[in-house]
Amino acid sequence: MNLNKIKYIAILTISLCVASCSSDNDSPQITTDFSGTFVLKDQMGRPAINTVFVDASKKDNFNTTIPSNQGAAYQSDFQTKLLALNPNYTTNALGMDAATFTGALATDVLTVTLDGKTTFFDGTNVLTGRALADDVISVELLLIFGGPTGADNPGLTDDNVSANDKAFLSSFPYLASPW
Amino acid sequence: MKKTKILVATMIVAIIGLITVAADHIDAPAVTGGSADITDFYAFQAENSNSIAFVANVQGLLSPTATASASFDENVLIEFNIDTDADAVEDLIIQAIPRNGKMYFIGPYAPSSTGVNSTISTTATRNEVTISSYGSTPIVSNAGNMKFFAGPRDDPFFMDFARYGEIIGGNAASFNDPGADTFAGTNVLSIVVEVPKSMIGTSGNVNTWVEAKMKQ
Repeated sequence: MNLNKIKYIAILTISLCVASCSSDNDSPQITTDFSGTFVLKDQMGRPAINTVFVDASKKDNFNTTIPSNQGAAYQSDFQTKLLALNPNYTTNALGMDAATFTGALATDVLTVTLDGKTTFFDGTNVLTGRALADDVISVELLLIFGGPTGADNPGLTDDNVSANDKAFLSSFPYLASPW
Repeated sequence: MKKTKILVATMIVAIIGLITVAADHIDAPAVTGGSADITDFYAFQAENSNSIAFVANVQGLLSPTATASASFDENVLIEFNIDTDADAVEDLIIQAIPRNGKMYFIGPYAPSSTGVNSTISTTATRNEVTISSYGSTPIVSNAGNMKFFAGPRDDPFFMDFARYGEIIGGNAASFNDPGADTFAGTNVLSIVVEVPKSMIGTSGNVNTWVEAKMKQ
């Protein structure tokens, strides 16, 4: 091997190294710092659960009780509240008695199906998600006040506001532009 | 008129301290009116039926004039929780946190620990979107079949809250027909993330909820 060839290879190697080092320097790792511990302040699964079923003195506590502990901590309170709201409650349109209904509600998570239509209630599907246009308050009022057939307390089972004040978008991000 | 109604509603809340606004707007003393106050949570099948969209709204009842100056709090982590095995404990999380005009999204990933306290993984998938400003076209980013948005939107929630308050307070016996949407004309700060269903499960149901967590 002649000397020139060795020099050439050496220069080539150095160039490659420089090029590669330079490439690294051009794209430094920018890591935004999100270190630290973040502590639970507010939470929700289904709409209006804390609002309707939790006593004023316990609302902060409910927000910081993790869902897996909510059922044991709150089912009894929820049942008391349900029977205060509707003293004549027997069962609701889902066939749930007071203990069953409040047991389901106290663990405040929103069930979402991965298999099809997602809706709070559309006449057929029950609690398979929550879409923007779902009239969730009227569904909840019906289940609280409507009795087994939904016909009880007709003045309390629908707030008669059944749609948003702006149309939703069919595409991402789905929510309407701000006022 | 609407503004007056909202003012009256707010005053009722302040004075009585009993009635709070649905769905989760100003639901409890420690968060009411603050940057960690979740107003609503939605989870639904996306336009692409292979994906699920999650929506978390915070800082409700923003008037149009207050919306331009409203901003996400860099000390508040919004966390979407997904329970895939029906024990109400999160198996996967999607975290969203703002920094310098961008909303960062971390996940979905399995957290190292569950419950009241969270940390943010430095190794999980991290994406970002510029936070949209009031009055401009929404900025959306896409990555790995996921979509991301953060910024002000119309509050999608609707309810005759004022009348509900009167009924609960014993001052009315039934709803009006038609009712009046207490949330008409008001805005929220929204975080919207869309993920392929394959990232959060296979089939059947998942349980989901959203949390606002404050930096300690």
